[in-house]
Amino acid sequence: MTAIHSPAQRVWWKQPLDRVEGTWIVIAFVWCLVMFFMMPYWHIYGKQNLSNEAYRTTPEAYLAKTQAMVDKYKVREITEQNIPVVHPVPGSDVYLIARLWNFWPVLELEEGQTYRLHIMSTDWLHGFSLQPENINIQIHPGYEHVVTLTPTREGTYSIICNEYCGINHHTMASKLFVVKPKKG
Amino acid sequence: MAVNRNFRTCPSTGLVYHEPAEKLIRWNAVAGVVSLLVGGVLALLVTLTRWPAVKLLPPDWFYLALTAHGLDMLVFWIIFFEIAVLYFAASTLLKCRLATPKVAWAAFWLMIVGAIMNNVAVFKGDSSVMFTSYVPMGAHPLFYLGLILFAVGALVAVFVFFGTLVIGKAEKTYNGSVPLVTFGAVTAAIIATFTIAAGAIILIPTFLWSVGLVSHIDSLMYRTVWWGFGHSSQQINVAAHVSVWYAIAAIVFGAKPMSEKVSRTAFVLYILFLQLASAHHLLADPGLTSNWKIFNTSYAMYLAVLASMVHGLTVPGAIEVAQREKGFNKGFFEWLRKAPWGNPCFSGMFISLVGFGFLGGISGVMMGTEQLNLIIHNTIYVPGHFHATVVVGTTLAFMALTYFLIPTLFRRELMFPGMAKWQPYVYGLGMSAFSVFMMGAGTLGVPRRHWDMAFSGAVLPHEFPGTAYLMMGIMAVSGLAAIVGGAMYLAITVGSVFLGKKIVTPGFEHVPVRKGMAPPPVWAPAAVSPSGGHGAIGLGGFVAPGTFVLAMVFLVSFILYYFVNWKYLSTVWPLS
Repeated sequence: MTAIHSPAQRVWWKQPLDRVEGTWIVIAFVWCLVMFFMMPYWHIYGKQNLSNEAYRTTPEAYLAKTQAMVDKYKVREITEQNIPVVHPVPGSDVYLIARLWNFWPVLELEEGQTYRLHIMSTDWLHGFSLQPENINIQIHPGYEHVVTLTPTREGTYSIICNEYCGINHHTMASKLFVVKPKKG
Repeated sequence: MAVNRNFRTCPSTGLVYHEPAEKLIRWNAVAGVVSLLVGGVLALLVTLTRWPAVKLLPPDWFYLALTAHGLDMLVFWIIFFEIAVLYFAASTLLKCRLATPKVAWAAFWLMIVGAIMNNVAVFKGDSSVMFTSYVPMGAHPLFYLGLILFAVGALVAVFVFFGTLVIGKAEKTYNGSVPLVTFGAVTAAIIATFTIAAGAIILIPTFLWSVGLVSHIDSLMYRTVWWGFGHSSQQINVAAHVSVWYAIAAIVFGAKPMSEKVSRTAFVLYILFLQLASAHHLLADPGLTSNWKIFNTSYAMYLAVLASMVHGLTVPGAIEVAQREKGFNKGFFEWLRKAPWGNPCFSGMFISLVGFGFLGGISGVMMGTEQLNLIIHNTIYVPGHFHATVVVGTTLAFMALTYFLIPTLFRRELMFPGMAKWQPYVYGLGMSAFSVFMMGAGTLGVPRRHWDMAFSGAVLPHEFPGTAYLMMGIMAVSGLAAIVGGAMYLAITVGSVFLGKKIVTPGFEHVPVRKGMAPPPVWAPAAVSPSGGHGAIGLGGFVAPGTFVLAMVFLVSFILYYFVNWKYLSTVWPLS
């Protein structure tokens, strides 16, 4: 009987498997296992894994830490809004605030150096989307996420918000500069 | 009893309709199609706004239209239609009276009130929070209340479905086990029950928060629980549309499931392993460990993926066997070449199956991988993926089923049969191209839910490459083609239901419930015995070699695409 009728055989679960089905189930299951093991494999041998390090904090505390970094490492200001550009020492903790509707401050990092980038929102959900690398991370309010990252190529990158955050969502974009390390 | 227990037998299909159930199936289907109409108009506005060369709406209207489009399509159209499918699978396929039709009507009206309330909240303009309504961005309380009422109505309807199964069993309206399609519908209903529970757990506190009774809702907790609702509801869709595939294979070809055991086990895998897989929406979030992410996205998800890969083989496999038994037994693909490609019921179902597997399935598993999600999360790739699963997969399967339901359920002849022949192609292929180009733009970083990829008014705008603009342009043109296909569907269904020529059932009479029950068991003749019954067909010991070849093509595409993305991931900045 067809799929819209009750099975003709009352004890349908004893019906033997067809060869096509049996073969396919085995192949598909092996492939599912391969896909499963790729994730732990990449944690061991791959270089692109999202950090598990995150802390709960408040917007005030996070803003204070960011302000301290800006005071220490500011090298110049850009645009009419005098957005500070910071050039922190390699290996240090770097802070980035996402808020309606900008990222603050602008970061200048050195090629080939590793940084501990802290990201958090002080209001709603936002997105950290680094272009054109296309690295995308969710930003929550109250969760300070620490991502260790290593810029590999110098250039001017963009950070855009890719989590809908209201009417001016499309203006929430910023820059990230990667420069050659200073000689000496 | 005052309850109307009357039945009628459809002269062309032999299906037995319980009249109160029939009326409920019709009204739920009609409510679904009305939602589809509203959602379709909004789709046009959204598409024309995301077309960089047109940019039709201002941002406030764009976000409003996008919010309403998501809700009307993904929630209201699909769930109304699914309730119709559930009643059909229980009452009609089991030849059983529907449990408590009055309660079913109450559920229907609750869903209508909820859907209208939610739409009113969105169109008032202060609830443009998107389908996901992530806190702390707040909507009007009516937005959440509407969703809650709708969900309660849907849950009541699901219980009416379960009640009908109980009646069917008690009144012995069928013999042995329920049909496979009904089994699939049971799967969908079980998933719906825990999905709606997850929705209640998150939406009720959010509603209380919106009226000021709860002071704070954690954004990560919201996303975690909300996706237990948001993702699992997509699995209701999958279980429902896979059931529809099996139903259409049975209706059009008289196809038998290759084996009941395999198909039913695959449905059970959906129940067991889907709720956990909702975690793949949180792969880019802070505050959850990799162990949690890997376990919940893969262990669980890949067994569900296995289930879909099984259905992807057994549905066309069943068709192939049926066709070969009819004599289309030459080579690998005669069965497929000689399939009724002009029958929209079949062509819609087949495009749905192929599109769901190749476009939606492969892209979904790829981006549900913990690390690969980093290069995909929240780009327009994501809607590209789910337009392939939910629109090409679910919506097109439901459209295909409609072509069968109009004559048998609405008792009307199909209007514009010539247009109906083309509709699945225009809609299915348009929507497939739309999905592909969305995914293409997503790999270039174009964000989803974004009014302007040129960032007009931004202090430090980003400039996307010309290719991204080109992709978005082609996406919009393909989207317009799909909208034309959707309009064709609406013209055909609305035209047929209201203006189509009435089909008069000869000798139609109301019969008491006793006569509506299944006749005494008639065992299938020995010739149809499944063991050895397929002996003469197929190639090399495989009864469905053509389907197996197609499955291998699918697997190779899957493997290549999967590893291409790992290769691409390995080139981005190291992160840890």
